[in-house]
Amino acid sequence: MIDLADTATPAAAIMNEPPYDELVLEARNVDFFYGKNQALFGVDLPVRRNAITALIGPSGCGKSTLLRVLNRIYALYPGQRAVGRVVLDGEDVLHEQRRLPWLRKRVSMVMETQTGADPIEEEQVLRVGTDLARLRARVGMVFQKPTPFPMSIYDNIAFGVRIYHRKSKAEMDEIVETALRRAALWDEVKDKLHSPGLGLSGGQQQRLCVARGIAVEPEVLLLDEPASALDPISTAKLEETLVELKKDFTVVIVTHNLQQAARIADYTGFMFLGRMIEFGPTNDLFLQPKSDKTRDYVTGRFG
Amino acid sequence: MNAFNSGDEGFTPSPRSSAGDTASLRPPVRGAWFDPIFEYLCLSAATLLLASLGGLVISLAIGGWPALSHFGWSFFTSTTWNPVTDVYGAAGAIAGTLITSFVALALALPVAIGIAVYLVEFCPRAIARPIAIAVELLAGIPSIVYGMWGLFIFAPLFAEYVQMPLMMNAAPGSLAEKLFAGIPNGANILSASIILSIMILPYMAAVLRELLMTVPPQVREAAYGLGCTPFEVVTSVIVPYIKRGMIGVVMLGLGRALGETMAVTFVIGNAHGFPDSIFASGATLASTIANEFTEATGDLHTSALIALGLVLFIITFTVLALARLLLSSQKY
Amino acid sequence: MLGRDFLRNLVNRLFITACLLATVAAITALVFILWSLVVQGIGGIDLDVFTKDTPPPGSEGGLLNAMVGSLMMCAMAMAIAIIVGILAGTWLAEYGGHTRYGAVVRFLNDVLLSAPSILVGLFVYELLVRPFEGFSGYAGAVALAFLATPIVTRTTEDILNLQSHALREAGIALGTPKWLVTRKIIWRAAGAGLLTGGLLGFARISGETAPLLFTALNNQFFSADMTKPMASLPAVIFQFALSAYDDWRRLAWAGALIIAVVVLSINIIVRFIAREKKHA
Repeated sequence: MIDLADTATPAAAIMNEPPYDELVLEARNVDFFYGKNQALFGVDLPVRRNAITALIGPSGCGKSTLLRVLNRIYALYPGQRAVGRVVLDGEDVLHEQRRLPWLRKRVSMVMETQTGADPIEEEQVLRVGTDLARLRARVGMVFQKPTPFPMSIYDNIAFGVRIYHRKSKAEMDEIVETALRRAALWDEVKDKLHSPGLGLSGGQQQRLCVARGIAVEPEVLLLDEPASALDPISTAKLEETLVELKKDFTVVIVTHNLQQAARIADYTGFMFLGRMIEFGPTNDLFLQPKSDKTRDYVTGRFG
Repeated sequence: MNAFNSGDEGFTPSPRSSAGDTASLRPPVRGAWFDPIFEYLCLSAATLLLASLGGLVISLAIGGWPALSHFGWSFFTSTTWNPVTDVYGAAGAIAGTLITSFVALALALPVAIGIAVYLVEFCPRAIARPIAIAVELLAGIPSIVYGMWGLFIFAPLFAEYVQMPLMMNAAPGSLAEKLFAGIPNGANILSASIILSIMILPYMAAVLRELLMTVPPQVREAAYGLGCTPFEVVTSVIVPYIKRGMIGVVMLGLGRALGETMAVTFVIGNAHGFPDSIFASGATLASTIANEFTEATGDLHTSALIALGLVLFIITFTVLALARLLLSSQKY
Repeated sequence: MLGRDFLRNLVNRLFITACLLATVAAITALVFILWSLVVQGIGGIDLDVFTKDTPPPGSEGGLLNAMVGSLMMCAMAMAIAIIVGILAGTWLAEYGGHTRYGAVVRFLNDVLLSAPSILVGLFVYELLVRPFEGFSGYAGAVALAFLATPIVTRTTEDILNLQSHALREAGIALGTPKWLVTRKIIWRAAGAGLLTGGLLGFARISGETAPLLFTALNNQFFSADMTKPMASLPAVIFQFALSAYDDWRRLAWAGALIIAVVVLSINIIVRFIAREKKHA
């Protein structure tokens, strides 16, 4: 959606049920379980294209869990499961479309005997197949702590691209440079592209992870408290980067820093005890919260 | 902000006009087909490990079966081991194995505890590390080196300075005379035990030291805060804290001693039968196998040796399994 | 009260002294062993040791065939152990370690870690020597591989478990297939640790004697044919040390010194790698 202006959807649109194609990603009535413990209760989250959506709330409220449902990274861990619908571009990504159901069933039976896991969980946690991998490429993720791969800066970015495309050296050079420029890291690393990514500072590493995430051109970029391990200057740089990225991507960010949400987010959702208490344009949520809980939280009375 | 403005140069995003066709435009992931194959390869490797242990048991059982069925229970109770008359009993070797191992353990354990406690609790940091490293390095020296040292250096010294004086001074007819009887060449049950104890010492000390280091400093500080002396801290707080793990270490040391072949074979004297004094020559299960297997005179002899292996396996497996269970139940 | 405190202090002093004495005694004994090994072995080490084959009794010779045999069998054993061990360790850390089957595999692997090596010799004799009617270098290599694999498996699992979940998730979040995340990111991040596992396994088997006695046997002459009986350093040491010939015993000491130096160097290198890793 490059051709779209980088302005946020007008606030009014949210209140009056916006047209469907404004939403790139939407969670509907999502429950989440860590084994027997329920962590999310019927959560809804609309994510609008080319906007920054922030999730705030006290620790343990489920905001990171919700983020991890959106690209199904939780499926790595046996025992974690989500119920509900997550719709990406009109396609339900939380459940598999069952092509060759008999084969799928056989596979899940084999898995079950081998891992001893609950067959129902295996049903939802697809372990083989490309759909899940492609979902994750469409919904990128940046983590709390910087996670550069143990390879050079260049290869860190080329790694994800190589999974999908065979590129010539020149094409790859261009992709790497573009990704680094968009993450505002190019000027700092252009002379040492082939030195290890682990040699960068914390803030640079985090922006490298952003660059790596956007190099595969996801539709949505999820960020899980990306600035919590960074100093204020690095945080400011990262925030500038995110605002700039809004032009080309859709961003969902989990943060425990209210000011951060107020500074950069177009929409904000406040979560508490596994429920979405309030969701709306950032200004409304901070200035005219509808719920008492929200008011108490944003005015610093708890949390 | 300059960096951002220059950001879009030369970038050509893939068209993303409508929502629905994005997924179909994205090429499939390369190499995803290999995912299940890779998992099965890893699983097969793990299963191969399991199968190797199973194969070991089965092959020992099959190989040893002729001798076991031929001699029945007398294989375990008879001390006769005679390749000439083709009569085999394992009692002597079993006794030799158990005696040498337990004596070695009794000798090594107090010293190992002393080293570990000293290094962790009392030693100045600057020299504790090098000593700990030296101890760990020595734990890796191959047993054949200990065996050679035992045969050529230790045994003659032992015969001259320990065995001879004791034998000379034992009053005729006394218990001491019986106890010390033997050929004064230094190759006997006791010297094998001592060599074994020296061999398992660094290993046990190293594992014990690691165990002691897992005790959280707060536990120590709390005890010192009550006015305990270091001795009281160690005996009443730290040792109870790692009790299960310590038993596990003891079993690991025992397991090593039971199965050790080369260090023992050099110095035990290799005589069959039940050892009747601490200076008698003897044999262990492992040393008997090592000495006779390639020169076994017949099928029954070979089978009897493999049956010894089966006995050794059962003993060591029990001890090692107990050790691992105790060590893994120790909460770190 | 004073008497009681005096007693407590006395016990404490005695205890610390006893610990110190134990340490000193053990260090002395172990230094004595190494010192006599050097004294006895250094005289036997000359160029011939590395260039000539094992001699018949009473004549000059070296340990060339034994060293070549040891190297060939250890190299082949390590190739097997590294492939099987890294895959098995990866399965325990990345796939099935949390299952009951995984717990059984881990437990039995730990038991195999310290199982008597002579039993492995018997097993491989039954498996490869008796059916094919002949001792061989291959059988020796397989026996050694059985001993090294559990070590590699264990260190692989331990080292992979040290890698952060975030790193795995970061790879998966790009849409990378899990095996590529494992191979290109996790194995690479754990590189030094995996190398350590391999080196430790090598150090363990390079001095092993018992499993070779009934598998590779020994060979008086130079042979690089792994289908035939093969000489190895530990087996030659065993044979020569128990002989009555001075030449042979001299070579046995030289061989023991060489093995000890090799094993010690590997262990020191391992520490060095581990240390570098910590500082990085």
